Amino acid sequence: MTWKVKVWRYSIIGLVGFYLLMPLYSMLDFSTKPFAYFQKGRTLEAWKIIPSQPDLAISIFRSLVSAAIVMTLILILIVPTVVWVHLKLPKLKRIVELICLIPLAIPAIVIVVGIAPLYRWISINISESPITLSLVYSMLILPYTYRSLSAALDAADIHTLAEAARTLGASTFRMMAGVIMPTLRTGILNGSFIAIALVLGEFTISNLLNFKTFQVVIAQIGRTNGNVAVAVSLASILFVLLLLLLIPQKNRQKEVLDVDVA
Amino acid sequence: MSNNPNRGTGVTLSSAGSRYWKSKSAYLGVIPFLVFTGIFLLYPTWNVVTGAFQDDKGQFDTAKVKELAASPIVRNAFYNSLEISFKTAIFGAILGGLFAWALTTGKPGGIFYKISVALSSVLAQFGGVMLTFAFLATFGFNGVISSIFVKLSPDSFLAQSAWLYTLNGLAVVYTFFQIPLMVLVFLPTIENMKPQWREASDSLGGSAREYWVRVGIPVLTPSFFGAMLLLFVNSFSAYATAATLVNMSDFLTPLQIGNALSSEVGGANPQEAKALSLAMVIVVIIVMFIYAQIRRRVSRWESSR
Amino acid sequence: MKFSKLAKVAVVATVSAALMVPTLTSATAASKFATATSASQAGGVAGLAAQCKKEGQLNVIALPHYWADYKSMIDGFKAKYGVKIDEADPEASSQDEIDAANRLKGTDRSPDVFDIGLAVAAKYHGTGTFAPYKVRTWNNLQGAAGVPSAEYTPNYTGTMTIGYDGSLGTITKLDDLLKPVFKGKVTINGDPQGSSAGLNSIFMVNLALGGTFDDISPAVAWFKKLKDAGNYINVNPTQATIASGQTPVVMDNGYIAVSIAKQFKAAGKTWKMFTPASVGSTYNSAVSAWAPHPACARLWMEYTLGEEGASVWSQGGATPTLWTHLVKTKRAPAAGIAVIGKSKVAAAAATAAQSTKAREYLKTAWVAAVGS
Repeated sequence: MTWKVKVWRYSIIGLVGFYLLMPLYSMLDFSTKPFAYFQKGRTLEAWKIIPSQPDLAISIFRSLVSAAIVMTLILILIVPTVVWVHLKLPKLKRIVELICLIPLAIPAIVIVVGIAPLYRWISINISESPITLSLVYSMLILPYTYRSLSAALDAADIHTLAEAARTLGASTFRMMAGVIMPTLRTGILNGSFIAIALVLGEFTISNLLNFKTFQVVIAQIGRTNGNVAVAVSLASILFVLLLLLLIPQKNRQKEVLDVDVA
Repeated sequence: MSNNPNRGTGVTLSSAGSRYWKSKSAYLGVIPFLVFTGIFLLYPTWNVVTGAFQDDKGQFDTAKVKELAASPIVRNAFYNSLEISFKTAIFGAILGGLFAWALTTGKPGGIFYKISVALSSVLAQFGGVMLTFAFLATFGFNGVISSIFVKLSPDSFLAQSAWLYTLNGLAVVYTFFQIPLMVLVFLPTIENMKPQWREASDSLGGSAREYWVRVGIPVLTPSFFGAMLLLFVNSFSAYATAATLVNMSDFLTPLQIGNALSSEVGGANPQEAKALSLAMVIVVIIVMFIYAQIRRRVSRWESSR
Repeated sequence: MKFSKLAKVAVVATVSAALMVPTLTSATAASKFATATSASQAGGVAGLAAQCKKEGQLNVIALPHYWADYKSMIDGFKAKYGVKIDEADPEASSQDEIDAANRLKGTDRSPDVFDIGLAVAAKYHGTGTFAPYKVRTWNNLQGAAGVPSAEYTPNYTGTMTIGYDGSLGTITKLDDLLKPVFKGKVTINGDPQGSSAGLNSIFMVNLALGGTFDDISPAVAWFKKLKDAGNYINVNPTQATIASGQTPVVMDNGYIAVSIAKQFKAAGKTWKMFTPASVGSTYNSAVSAWAPHPACARLWMEYTLGEEGASVWSQGGATPTLWTHLVKTKRAPAAGIAVIGKSKVAAAAATAAQSTKAREYLKTAWVAAVGS
């Protein structure tokens, strides 16, 4: 790395790092203070309450199952569709992109208004479990996942890859799964990260539909007092962070397919 | 493998009729997607959009839509929403894009890289009451940073916390979740840029600046704009953060929607909420159209498709 | 082939997830409990308690713990009757409560009981949203006779007040808030166009300035002065912002100020209250017509509108509608008298028409006054 690159690298990391970490530090600062800011000293009172909450474990488990369902839907439905559209149906690209943008265009409080009748039906006829939310969550991650995949597809030359695979005799399935998906590895991985973070971070829709998901339980724990609310919110951030770090990521960049096509 | 040299490319020598259907068979591939989104996304959206034209009794009625279109308060809220969305989209895209680049200059798959991506995923979802509190606890009265500035330079704007309670202050808070979002959606693009391109450029005698101007930026620009579009829409529809920091329902469009849904003092009007949401969807469609035009002009890479 | 392995994993995940989805437990309400309009029709309070035990749960909504000491109310009910209480969305508004009930109609998660403001209660009266129910103390509740159908019952009144951190000094008149010591510190709870606490704060200031409910322009002009001085900020105060000192001056219902005062006292500091004019609002209890746990819902009504509830609310700083009767018959608990006194000063309240007119005025005037 040249020194010029180093300067750029460290100043950007410093600036953005400060922007993102400073507010989190303020939360930590407040949550370790005894009640009433003018008191001195540090205390872990607010943090100690957290492990003893009964609903927390169940809600985490349910949210993880929802996350698994969402990731499954990403892999078997969304990724193939996006790749298919990029390859075969370029005219539909903008329409699919628009569809994938709609979940973000409407505020969550309005999305609830729209899906409420659907979820009433689901709750009465199928199940009242919060896991049913995974279906609407998979819609909510569409904008991010589409953008992630699209970004990867734009830079990777999949048309050439597809042609090459086809002329070498690969079936459609083999081409999609064995040749194209690996180039999208980063895009899919990032999309999955976002999916998990969304499922574990979503609050508005589950709260309005009175499902006890992870964030709803977190908010519930925090209703006692302000210090606890901040502590538990920060704890949830750290928890999801650790969870994501546990996902194995083997050599992301090295596996990008290196096809020398002139 | 048959002797047909065209096998595998979708073109056969059968009759024109079945060739037409074969070419349309590609559309079958999107049906599962359309069914799923049809139920869970398009049907709810349809509910909302048509609800804008239905009064309390369910009769078709355009009065509310017309009333909102003519109202200067609604228009003002829209301008504020657009302004904050543009600002945070641009700043978030620049800072996030630079950070994504900075990540790629380091060790791929290293600890710092992993933590950054994981943290970005989490923080992109962080918002609402807690985010507002975090900023208040930093820059508000008695905040961590504002207290430092009160001692160092009491007259600077950072010692007074008034700036946080304006549109620009809200923009600073919004940018907090825009930056990680940008990192997440833009990183795959930068990572897919092949080192061979840089090598080729260097071996042909190009400087770093020339590489970026002629190769790097043209490749990145379409995705950059796509990501910026995402950031724009994300900011446009954000509600919970604004509701806590700016306690005024006519300040931004999502706040007006929130008020139309939950007002305790007579402002509740679901039809109004849906009409405003319809307006938001229309704005997004317009912005997407503009984006598509920009991409068409900017993307020389794609024009060869 | 990697993809088929993925498919296998996906199928296994989905199936196991489906298996773990808990089945619908239908709390089949014995119909007499779903339609009982008084305790006598359901076997008295004992009958209600027994059926409630079978139902096992009560769904409440929009009951923050710091609001008129609902924490003690909820804990007391849980302890006395041995049932779970599912608390939904503490920060919901009255309108949100009804919306939630409609959204969840027919499911087990629908709210059983409501605690709503007058505007929303009147709006849904007669629409089949509420199940009429007369508690045993109905004849002694102030204002209950005004709702003969008993679809909703007035439960407690609060008076608006200005709560503030004692270390900032003492406020003796309204214009003290314009002093520099309050720079960037004054807030009101809620947006006046949506929240009754917010609107009532404006009414309170208006009355203090000598105005009437019909014309709130003096109050809005005063708030503009406050904003121009840099003292007023648009932030919505929460427990965290009060505890951390970002919002040391809050105009809100008196019972909220009481709970903050208690917290501050426990930490060795004071939270003072200043009431420039007496403006209040009465909230109302109601039972949902499609309550998934009808016996528990009615039992909750009996508990909160009876003496136990009155004791909790009075200590929380709200004046229960049963209070006049309790004071008259000398059954008012001393702890409650210590907080709210014996007086039954009827705080002035705006009519629905005045509220609507005020809101219309605020639509244009509020942003102009305090917008940034």
